[in-house]
Amino acid sequence: MRVWISILLLALASFSFSLQAKEAAPLAQDEAVEKRMVAISSELRCLVCQNESLSGSNAELANDLRREIRTLISDGKSDNDIMDFMVSRYGDFVRYRPPLKGTTLLLWFGPALLFIGGLVALVLYLRRRNLAIRDTPLSAKEQQQAEHLLNVKVSGK
Amino acid sequence: MNRFLWPLIGFAVLVVLLTVGLNLNPRDVPSPLVGKPAPLFSLAKLAAPDQTFSPKDMLGKVWLLNVWSTWCVSCRQEHPVLVEMAKSKMVTLVGLNYKEVRGDSNIDSDKLSADAEMKMALERSSTWLRKHGDPYSLSVLDLDGRVGIDYGVYGVPETYVIDKAGVIRLKHTGPISPDAFSGKILPLLAELSR
Repeated sequence: MRVWISILLLALASFSFSLQAKEAAPLAQDEAVEKRMVAISSELRCLVCQNESLSGSNAELANDLRREIRTLISDGKSDNDIMDFMVSRYGDFVRYRPPLKGTTLLLWFGPALLFIGGLVALVLYLRRRNLAIRDTPLSAKEQQQAEHLLNVKVSGK
Repeated sequence: MNRFLWPLIGFAVLVVLLTVGLNLNPRDVPSPLVGKPAPLFSLAKLAAPDQTFSPKDMLGKVWLLNVWSTWCVSCRQEHPVLVEMAKSKMVTLVGLNYKEVRGDSNIDSDKLSADAEMKMALERSSTWLRKHGDPYSLSVLDLDGRVGIDYGVYGVPETYVIDKAGVIRLKHTGPISPDAFSGKILPLLAELSR
């Protein structure tokens, strides 16, 4: 009985294995190409579904572009060549890391500028508030009142 | 006074930024191809599949390359505008039929042979043009979308205005509204035709 169960399990396991192998076939064709394709396409935006990367998108165009990248890699193009290929067609917008240039200065340094601005505003505000608080000694009457309040015995218990 | 002034200014700035930002069209990605020569291609003509068309054939003319497809819903919305355009005889329209068969998710195109795909694309697109009117002086078939990639097409319909020297002067993404035609495209055509 046990022997039969293990044989059955083995058969099942090998069956699912063969299924997996079949599905993965187009990916495994050339692992190096596929790896580079994924690396490049994770740096690129899918223009159809703008918040997804090209490697993660299921859009029709993303499929086509991944195929295009595979072809370019097999043609011996460098990663930079492929980036240029995409940018020359779809613009800097396809890159998740846009290049540093005149039109993207604000994009790159805007957050730092806002942070510095906030910091300066905070320091100025705190300083001004510090100056606004003046030390005024208590009058004799106030002193007495304070002492009275502090010396009140807690009653009960 | 000062206590309320700064928050008020901040609020006003925010309102302005949001009004401008939310009214921008995120689909309107500036094309790097504007100002560059239109990418060359050679594709089969819809009316005569044994002949090919190349943008070179249009040198010396101002023309519009309109990317369309029968499965594209917005193209249907745009189509009457194109038909009107063609009637006015002010423009030469060339249609780039984009992935007629492969782009239609209802068809399992992997199972089709190249010949069968071509035949199907020809039949579908010519039937559609017969039904809705044909504004194009000619249409070409980009079955696998490779030419589309060279033109940076990422959504159908898209339209390119190409000048006499074969340089792309404008790219319009999405359907052309009558306003966009009279306000944006027509003035440019007039300027380029001079």
